[in-house]
Amino acid sequence: MLELKNISYSVKDETTGRTQEILKDLNLAFADRGINVITGPNGSGKSTLIKLVMGFEKPTAGRVFFNGEDITDMNVTERARRGFTIAFQQPVRFKGITVKSLLELASGKKMDTDAMCGCLSAVGLCARNYIDRAVDGTLSGGELKRIELAMAIAKGGEVFLLDEPEAGIDLWSFEDLVRVFDRLRDKTVIIVSHQQRILETADKIFLFESDKVSSAERGEDMFALLTRRPALCWRDVKEN
Amino acid sequence: MDKTDSELLETIADLHGIPEGSFNIRKNGKLMARNSTADIEIVPKKDKDGIDIIVKPGVVNKSVHIPVLLTVGDFKETVYNDFYIGEGADVTIIAGCGIHNDACGDAEHDGVHSFYLEKNAKVRYIERHYASGDGTGKKSFDPVTNIYCKENACFAMESTQLGGVTSTVRKTFASLDDKAQLIVKEKILTDNDECAVTDFRVELKGAHSRADIVSRSVAKGHSVQSFGSDLVGENECFGHVECDGILLGGARIISTPKIDAVSPEASLVHEAAVGKIAGEQLMKLMSLGLTEQEAEDAVIKGFLN
Repeated sequence: MLELKNISYSVKDETTGRTQEILKDLNLAFADRGINVITGPNGSGKSTLIKLVMGFEKPTAGRVFFNGEDITDMNVTERARRGFTIAFQQPVRFKGITVKSLLELASGKKMDTDAMCGCLSAVGLCARNYIDRAVDGTLSGGELKRIELAMAIAKGGEVFLLDEPEAGIDLWSFEDLVRVFDRLRDKTVIIVSHQQRILETADKIFLFESDKVSSAERGEDMFALLTRRPALCWRDVKEN
Repeated sequence: MDKTDSELLETIADLHGIPEGSFNIRKNGKLMARNSTADIEIVPKKDKDGIDIIVKPGVVNKSVHIPVLLTVGDFKETVYNDFYIGEGADVTIIAGCGIHNDACGDAEHDGVHSFYLEKNAKVRYIERHYASGDGTGKKSFDPVTNIYCKENACFAMESTQLGGVTSTVRKTFASLDDKAQLIVKEKILTDNDECAVTDFRVELKGAHSRADIVSRSVAKGHSVQSFGSDLVGENECFGHVECDGILLGGARIISTPKIDAVSPEASLVHEAAVGKIAGEQLMKLMSLGLTEQEAEDAVIKGFLN
């Protein structure tokens, strides 16, 4: 169980000098198994939440607990080793580092072609064409995004944080993406997304708004939660 | 050959003992072993220190090793090696130099290499410089490489300085005739108070000649690197120079480009980027379970790969 207790996060606006509150006294719990999709308008703190869970940022107030242990002061490396795995919204490029080395760094061991093929084919890429390529500007945005997900699969873990995994991936490959999430359903999966197809796979949906978070579980009328606020969220879903 | 010799040979030339084919191994200013073949002849110079390497026309898929070892201090040498590559030949030349200096006196090897490529000749030139040893004496290399390519000849140079070299001043000059091509991949790693200076001057004389120079450098500690390039386009030609540097600690990298389009048909490009490792790269690797130090090492290893 991953629990966020009384989490607040604020940043100082460099130009005005005023403090801007992004998350305020947030209380959330994520079950050991299941897909949680976080949705909501831009600027509502969705990506900030992912960063706080991974340890990239520290909350200004509140604590984060994982299986009862307070992990608030743990750094990124420690959390990664405890089973926290993240796929970035915008994948990072590396001059000279190949797909093969990144997959091996992610899995923490040497991988043979079959093992790499397992991770890459899950995201619709053929290992033969990719393992020796550098993860740099020679790859397209969609390819980088798929490799980012393949790295998360290679790493494995207990808590998967996927920030807009569908961004840059063509509509035709959506079902592949959904299959990837399905394979992870026995873990804690937290996905930030605006896509209806991904919202449909959720066991629980969290709607982030400027001042509060509401949630609905599978079986409840999840979409009613969203459609009640067309101006905030449903618009994004329809546009895509 | 002792343990230090074999370790140096492995590091600079991937050699495990004496190679096959043509080779010339030099240690502390003296000949250690040499083999000349009918295809690639090695002839010692009479007027000065060095050798002539003569590759017969049409010789393909052959290689020649000319490693140099320096395992003493208080030693400085300048060696002149001239390479004559016959028409249509296609060969690989491996010319590393390793210094192991445990003494307090300086050790320096300066190789002056000149390559004369005939029409349609192709050379892959691999040059690795490496130094080790705990002595206070300097370990220096000041290589000069001159390349003359006739019509449609191609010279591909991979030069790597792996570390431990106290100071180096590298000068490379190339002159390219019609359709001739120069490809350079340079990798330099410096640390502590080391200093590395590299200078390229390329004269694109012939129509449709091409030059592509890519330099990747990592400067750690308080080391200083300086990269200079001077591309001269005298005809309808294409030239590209790229200098990428990663800075760590209190190191410094200076990049000075010069491109001179003498001919209005010349197309010359220079790119340079110097800076610290991007924070997001470290974050990504740490999110895979690496410590900050391991993440930094992985970025550098990939960058210089």
